[in-house]
Amino acid sequence: MTQQFYVSPEQLMKDRADFARKGIARGRSVVVISCRDGIALVAENPSPSLHKIGEIYDKIAFAAVGKYNEFESLRQAGVRYADVRGYSYDREDVTARGLASVYAQSLGAVFTAEQKPFEVELAVAEVGPSPEADHLYRLTFDGSIADEQGFIVMGGQADKVSEAVAAGWRGELDFAGAIRLALAGLVADKETDALPASAVEVAVLDRGSESSRGTRRAFRRLDDADVVALLAEEN
Amino acid sequence: MQETSANQVAANATSSFTEHLQRSRPELLPYNALQHGIPSGTAAGPLQTPHATTIVAMTYAGGVLMAGDRRATMGNVIASRHIEKVFPADQYSVLGIAGTAGIALDITRLFQVELEHYEKIEGTQLSLDGKANRLGAMIRGNLPMAMQGLAVVPLFAGFDRPAGVGRLFSYDVTGGRYEEQEHHTVGSGSMFARGALKKLWRPGLSEAEAVQVAVEALYDAADDDSATGGPDPVRQLWPVVYTVTRSGAVRVPERQLAAVAGTIIESRAVAQREA
Repeated sequence: MTQQFYVSPEQLMKDRADFARKGIARGRSVVVISCRDGIALVAENPSPSLHKIGEIYDKIAFAAVGKYNEFESLRQAGVRYADVRGYSYDREDVTARGLASVYAQSLGAVFTAEQKPFEVELAVAEVGPSPEADHLYRLTFDGSIADEQGFIVMGGQADKVSEAVAAGWRGELDFAGAIRLALAGLVADKETDALPASAVEVAVLDRGSESSRGTRRAFRRLDDADVVALLAEEN
Repeated sequence: MQETSANQVAANATSSFTEHLQRSRPELLPYNALQHGIPSGTAAGPLQTPHATTIVAMTYAGGVLMAGDRRATMGNVIASRHIEKVFPADQYSVLGIAGTAGIALDITRLFQVELEHYEKIEGTQLSLDGKANRLGAMIRGNLPMAMQGLAVVPLFAGFDRPAGVGRLFSYDVTGGRYEEQEHHTVGSGSMFARGALKKLWRPGLSEAEAVQVAVEALYDAADDDSATGGPDPVRQLWPVVYTVTRSGAVRVPERQLAAVAGTIIESRAVAQREA
């Protein structure tokens, strides 16, 4: 009979964390920026149909890096959680904080109990009536949760991208400015100095969706033409 | 082994909010709330609940319109003068309800979440026929309640974007779905409203004319059906009217409805006819 090797819990967790980190570092980055007009979510993503950014609820959006099947299942679980909660209580009782803590719990449970941790990093963003009321939560593979101010950068080479975004971030940016800043950040680790609109996925959470579009659903996905038009503005 | 787990994943992957509730929280479905039935008929008589009445809908050039009066009744008592019976289901469709108000409002809410849920999970909207079928399934789910007197009868209208036309669907209590041409009405005042529509509706109405025809049909329903409320100048209450066109569902503003209702009341007063 073969004896099972003893692995200390510290080593086990460290191996898992390294494994997850490697998986995430392979992915391309996502930037979430809170600004005057709302929250801009920008991802480097050449696919027009497999999204890294998604709508969860009226004021809440989701962005992720890592393995598609894993974060897609988390996104769908988030939509189900939010819709059940909004349907059984009221729409205003669905908050990013509640959703983020559910995500943190499931990521934490998978990290400690399952064969393999999720190789994902998530951002949950909720747009408020003013920039100070915006909520940005970052969730990592082990279930840790952080409440960020201003912006979140996730994915491979996040340090370089983050530096570039931090240098240009101001609270009074409009969407065009925020998206331009995010795109400038996303190329910080590359040789090229601009990404074509077809290589990025852009969505926004409108701060004033009720007044500007007459809908409480703040999430709006921008297509390539919208992105080109936004970038051409006041350039 | 692998095949079974793949099958399982596929079977569990649902884009339907109703199916998800049925699996995880069946008690939240409006028609599961009273699984053991309601006490039918006590010493005090049959269960009295607020009822919503009279929805009219019609197609016009470039879209479809739906309108509902504002009255809910409970037996011979007016339960509400402010109730709204026409709702946007999503960006391109609207839903009107007649029947037991409490259940109808919950089914409406469920239907709204159902469409939005599908859109978020799939990243695309359901086709208009798909939406109409889902609504039929929900009404069929309510059949046991309908058998006990708590029936809900909806009317569904939407803009079919691929086809470029407004379409109209009616239902029976078993969830049967019928596509209507031209116009349709449901509710206790429907026979009077339909008579009016038959005379007033014609192909190629403009949007403003369609609003006028709808308000006039509701006026006729209110004239003869005590459960339907007419325009109320005292409380400044007008019907709820939605139009759906290529650019989406829009609620007709109160100002316009007040003007239309005023014109109708005036013309009827001038006509000096008893009926």
